[in-house]
Amino acid sequence: MDNLRTPLSRVRLWGSAREGTNTFIAQRLTAIALVPLLLWFVAVVIFLIVKADYVTFVSWIRSSWNTELLILLILVSFHHAHAGLHEVVEDYVHNEIIKAITMVSMKFLVIGIAVASVLAVLQIALGG
Amino acid sequence: MITAHKQPLSPHLQIYRPQLTSMMSILHRATGVFLSLGTLVMAYWLIAAAKGPEAYQQAQSLLGSWVGLLLLFGWSFSLFYHLCNGIRHLFWDAGLGTDIKTAYTTGKLVWVVTFILTALTWLLAFSMTGGG
Repeated sequence: MDNLRTPLSRVRLWGSAREGTNTFIAQRLTAIALVPLLLWFVAVVIFLIVKADYVTFVSWIRSSWNTELLILLILVSFHHAHAGLHEVVEDYVHNEIIKAITMVSMKFLVIGIAVASVLAVLQIALGG
Repeated sequence: MITAHKQPLSPHLQIYRPQLTSMMSILHRATGVFLSLGTLVMAYWLIAAAKGPEAYQQAQSLLGSWVGLLLLFGWSFSLFYHLCNGIRHLFWDAGLGTDIKTAYTTGKLVWVVTFILTALTWLLAFSMTGGG
């Protein structure tokens, strides 16, 4: 694949990274996964979380199915959110330098917050 | 070299009369961006819960304030809209329903289902808390 790019385009790092198809498929796969995950989460919020005290909430998270589904929800949501935001920046930010800075900081921010969220769930699930 | 060609551009937004399909497309993006902000609140809420009962209670009352509820209402509407319209997009990606008549029918369907799910969510949530 790489030999299809001119040396100049590789040096500049602009232009197609030839990963468009993967990005496209990942966005659709995360979308499909989010349909059941989000319906589950909304149902949990309605029927449990709106009236749950701290103890009820913690014991809900500690059930291993809920821990797993919640972590999946976090990972898939942040991946999908990042894919969408990335697309919006690609379409509307035209200055290459600003675009690059926005994309890199967005990626760092999204990964940082996703890890912090997963860590929070694990702390609750595994904490004494 | 990147050279600026003076090529003719296709007519942009201000040329067209707004249509259901184009407005729904823009709203799909807008709700997507708004929902991305919602993930920050989800992160805050989980981190507060990990900190302990007091921080969790604080997060719960913040989300239960009128500003919190207003934002949650916005996020619930955006979620159902983006979810329903997202399914519409998945069908398009599979090559189904791309003709104009079907695109309008499914577009209207997205609105109906979005309103039903949003209303249902809040009716159920309020009935669970006894209206409080």
